[in-house]
Amino acid sequence: MALDQDTVRRIAFLARIRVEDERLDQIAGELDGILHWVEQLSEVDTDGVEPMTSVTEVIPALRSDVVNDGNCRDRVLANAPDPVDGFYTVPKVVE
Amino acid sequence: MGNNLTNLTIAEARDGLTGGDFSAVELAEVHNKAVADARDLNAFVTETPDVALSAAKASDARRAAGDVRGPMDGVPVAIKDLFCTEGIQSTAGSHILEGFVPEYESTVSQNLKDAGAVMVGKSNMDEFAMGSATVSSYYGNTINPWKAATGENAGKDLVPGGSSGGSASAVAARLCLGATGTDTGGSIRQPASFTGIVGMKPTYGRCSRWGIVAFASSLDQAGPMTRTVRDAAIMLGAMAGHDLRDSTSAPVETPDFESSLGQGVKGLRVGIPKEYTADGMPQEITDLWAKGAEWLKAAGAEIIDVSLPHTKYALPTYYIVAPAEASANLARYDGVRFGLRVDGESLDDMYMNTRGEGFGEEVQRRVLIGTYVLSAGYYDAYYVKAQKVRTRIAGDFNAAFEDVDVMLAPTAPSPAFAIGEKMDDPVAMYLNDVFTVPASLAGLPAMSVPAGLSADGLPLGLQLIARPFDELTLFRAGEALEQAAGFDLPIFSGGED
Repeated sequence: MALDQDTVRRIAFLARIRVEDERLDQIAGELDGILHWVEQLSEVDTDGVEPMTSVTEVIPALRSDVVNDGNCRDRVLANAPDPVDGFYTVPKVVE
Repeated sequence: MGNNLTNLTIAEARDGLTGGDFSAVELAEVHNKAVADARDLNAFVTETPDVALSAAKASDARRAAGDVRGPMDGVPVAIKDLFCTEGIQSTAGSHILEGFVPEYESTVSQNLKDAGAVMVGKSNMDEFAMGSATVSSYYGNTINPWKAATGENAGKDLVPGGSSGGSASAVAARLCLGATGTDTGGSIRQPASFTGIVGMKPTYGRCSRWGIVAFASSLDQAGPMTRTVRDAAIMLGAMAGHDLRDSTSAPVETPDFESSLGQGVKGLRVGIPKEYTADGMPQEITDLWAKGAEWLKAAGAEIIDVSLPHTKYALPTYYIVAPAEASANLARYDGVRFGLRVDGESLDDMYMNTRGEGFGEEVQRRVLIGTYVLSAGYYDAYYVKAQKVRTRIAGDFNAAFEDVDVMLAPTAPSPAFAIGEKMDDPVAMYLNDVFTVPASLAGLPAMSVPAGLSADGLPLGLQLIARPFDELTLFRAGEALEQAAGFDLPIFSGGED
């Protein structure tokens, strides 16, 4: 199974990462190498084995369901690249 | 005492501060100077001498008033730049977080602050903790203070390991008495081995992940990097603890880790996992491993051969699970709420430009792999399969820990290599973590202890792995290893020569 340029382009769009066309072949080769290497997992018999979903067998603690934060708009927006009038901004979405 | 203050251990600093031999301000001043004098190592993204000085003044004032907050009070430390620190730039080694100044403090760094620790700076790291050499930082690579005396890399600049390479170099070069690291697949233990220091990854859940920039949430864990096992025990005590803001933080008591020291290892059952070998691993590492077993045996431990049959599958499992989680975690870097924004015609254009420019090559590679293995049609074949193999790997450990109390293995399959090596083949770089990844996947506490030198004069670590939440046994065995090895960290000269 070899990754082609179209597959890399599709994954890059799913990940929302701009990949210039001249890099597609190199990336396809690298991803292919990694995917080929992880294929060896198919050797492992995992019939009847549950996927690991929690790392340690510790029951998570519960806390009271109360609001314990808020009223800090300026702090939330402090690192926003382009805030306007107390809002985040994005490029125009609706024409 | 002058510059000798940089040679202290944390335990010695505690005793000296208690005895009034020197002040926290004196400690902070010599370490601030050491940090400034060692800039050629590039161990720090951001130096914080003023923060250090004011924290030290506050520590001295508290001490004068009889209010001492414990053994870390007044102790200079470095904080890996993956920890969010309020009011101080926190970059995770990435361009996309350049200029990001958090409005909050991570739980672990807050715990250290509350314990009186004095932060001298934010240490350099592989971008988003993805790497094993600290060469992928947007802020330049970190250099290992060690140099090979002989061999093909004699005299060359070497990598400090990674991803916590800035912390490792800073502790080894005596720019601070201890540093925080984070370990996802070996990022504390492998750099500790490469720089001749102690690096300890606690049980998953022992330290809160809140406020630590997330890489792979089911694997990430913070831990101490220090020059002695005792110091690691002291520092972990100040970092650990249950935190309601991290639902995976374990609601367990933090024991007095230092109390486990001085007991010896008589009767302790030490497992030697036979599968911990790698193609092309130098004989000197195999020999050091055997020597480590002999040392523990001579100290009264029982050495038992054990088998962890799925070991060889740990690394490929990791390179599915970790990128998958990373691709989800890194979705937050969208150019809208914080960090870099690169404008575009449409919303998608803006996202793609921002992430294309803001993420480095290795981060892009892992996000793409993660996106692929989670995409429709591949999820079961890759991600679910890997999580099943992960269950198998954890099961190996559970079975082996029926017969032994702790395991001994090499930390890394090589000593530090030259900057620029292993750069053109991602999988060759990944193989650095072949011995550290299995314990990460199983969530187990593990520690690298400096144990000897390679033929070329570079440090080599041995790794101990214990049962979940049994850090006490880990420190106990680590101390025995440390005493038998008698490893001597050299005093590196400053940056001027």
